[in-house]
Amino acid sequence: MRFLLSDEQREFARTLDGMLGACGTPAVVRAWASGEHKPGRDLWARIAEAGVFGLAVPERYDGMGPLPVELAVAFTELGRHAVPGPLVETVAAAAFLDRLGDGAAAGEWLPKIASGDAVVGLCAGAPFALDADAADAVLVVRGDTVCRTDAHGPVQPSLDPARRLSRPLGGTVLARGPAVAAAAAHAVDIARLTTAAQALGLGRALLTATVEHVKRRTQFGVAIGSFQAVKHRLADTLIGLEFAQPLVHAAALAVAANAPSAGREVAAAKVAAGEAGHAAARTALQLHGALGYTEELDLSLWIRKARPLRDAWGTPADCRARVLAV
Amino acid sequence: MNLDFTAAEETFRTAARDWLARHVPATPLPSLETAEGFAAHREWERRLFADRWSVVSWPEEYGGRGASILQWLIFEEEYYAAGAPGRVSQNGINLLAPTLFEHGTDEQRARILGPMASGEVIWAQAWSEPEAGSDLASLRSTAVRTDGGWLLGGQKTWSSRAAFADRAFGLFRSEPDTPKPHQGLTYLMFPLDAPGVTVRPLGRLDGKPAFAELFLDEVFVPDADVIGEPGQGWRVAMSTAGNERGLTLRSPGRFTAAAERLAALWRAAPEPADPALGDRVADALIGARAYQLFTYAGASRLAAGGSTGAESSLNKVFWSELDIALHETALDLLGPYGTLADDAEEAPAHGSWAEGYTFSLAGPIYAGTNEIQRDIIAERLLGLPKGRR
Repeated sequence: MRFLLSDEQREFARTLDGMLGACGTPAVVRAWASGEHKPGRDLWARIAEAGVFGLAVPERYDGMGPLPVELAVAFTELGRHAVPGPLVETVAAAAFLDRLGDGAAAGEWLPKIASGDAVVGLCAGAPFALDADAADAVLVVRGDTVCRTDAHGPVQPSLDPARRLSRPLGGTVLARGPAVAAAAAHAVDIARLTTAAQALGLGRALLTATVEHVKRRTQFGVAIGSFQAVKHRLADTLIGLEFAQPLVHAAALAVAANAPSAGREVAAAKVAAGEAGHAAARTALQLHGALGYTEELDLSLWIRKARPLRDAWGTPADCRARVLAV
Repeated sequence: MNLDFTAAEETFRTAARDWLARHVPATPLPSLETAEGFAAHREWERRLFADRWSVVSWPEEYGGRGASILQWLIFEEEYYAAGAPGRVSQNGINLLAPTLFEHGTDEQRARILGPMASGEVIWAQAWSEPEAGSDLASLRSTAVRTDGGWLLGGQKTWSSRAAFADRAFGLFRSEPDTPKPHQGLTYLMFPLDAPGVTVRPLGRLDGKPAFAELFLDEVFVPDADVIGEPGQGWRVAMSTAGNERGLTLRSPGRFTAAAERLAALWRAAPEPADPALGDRVADALIGARAYQLFTYAGASRLAAGGSTGAESSLNKVFWSELDIALHETALDLLGPYGTLADDAEEAPAHGSWAEGYTFSLAGPIYAGTNEIQRDIIAERLLGLPKGRR
């Protein structure tokens, strides 16, 4: 057993972290929230260049996947930098098309996903599609049918303005039958895994920013980080994240191995990472005080993302039920 | 990155599982915090030792199997999954033995470890004093030099297992008036039936004498029972504290097994009164798995040449709170039966949930309170400034 990321995986994370850190993601997030997708699509291309989308696409379609552990590593970094867009949906759509084994649809979309030329939405079991207005296509799974559409209803703002929701409309049937449901179940696992990883990275960033803040901010003549009430809240935040991380990595391994336990392990990781990321946001908000409650502070872009990530692709209640299912 | 066990590890697991299946008592032993239960648990230690399962991670010359950390974790998973008895010898095995391996003499190891491993000598800890709990270094019990040894004086308290144990270990002030409180302390071992020792058992929350007060009046201890150098006791003891909080005190196997039993209890309930209980059962399964994986990662880091330090504080807070949440959920699932004491006639599962619940309540207090652990996490892992406690 060596339950540690390899040197290569750690180096991959560092490279992404450095690249995203240099991109000034807050401006990209704000543009995305206003419906201006150009900076986001440019960033998308950089992320594709770094090989992230290819991790969900098999070699015969110009990818190098499927590599769930590397996907979890990459999405932790995407979450750390609050990157906007249907990132999770695109890699889950890739997993869906790959698993479905429909040569035509896979051949049309998977190479474009790997190269970053296609932004693909996925809507399965939820009323809204994320960022359909920015997507080149949205796959809509209903029961054992999957449709492809590029029409959607009006964009509705969500609690995270950078997550733009709309109802997918119409579409043409791509496939029908039990294979669709099986592929969709796999896609949901990938979506939950990558969402959990994003929540973990988001929480790490919120904790780091808050630790820095409480070291600098003085009240009563001392740094507020010297107060025990502040310390203990931050300690609990770290505990939540530290114990969520191995669940995310183990879930990725289970998915990679096609283990029968994969669905349960992914659900467990989703609960723990979603709750830990959300708790980190609550801590960040509280310990930044009124400053943290302001929209103009970039921290708000991270804080507002925590709750949707906790709930997307399976609320904590859904995922706990999955953990209990035999 | 992988979670795979080697063939040798799987063989080890099978051997442990087979032995436990043949030897674990069908009915749980009486609580080890009673005279009858203590004796029964001592006998169980003897049976474990006879087949070299009492101290698997020790070298073979002391009755162990030279097991790796991972093998030890495997053994613990099997041990608790089999529903085997609590370990009455754990103070000695988990706290004193690592100190002897690191700081003891060959003579001490040869004399002390065998009887510890067989349950012939059961050890109590004697750290805390009435005025020295979390602030352990402020302890006032003394060790005064005498011919060939030391004379102990003062009072120890909340001394786990001391009501029925044979010997104890702890820290004593051997040099008065040192510049700092953690200087001038000496680590000593002494018999609980020595002249000058008075043991007054203390009832824990449910009344069982799980610990005791120790009154010490000119108790003679020979030089052979000092561990490390006189005056260096703090440094010697801190290596034990590291073990206590780290990988060794409460293995993940305890919690993965308890969470599985909780899930079985939930599934067996004809109509759970409160659907929210299902969420709490799921959280127990998730928490136990998280702790197991966190420990596998820690073991992997150690195997790769890393070390553990303040990370063990994360661990201690996590398992102690998981343990309480898990047992509270069990009692809630049991409804009116969950209010019965462990020795009640109709107590479910032979009272194991009630016993486990009472035991779990001590978790956030012993081995360094969770408040102290959170201070350590904040200061050493997050780099926050020291402040007033």
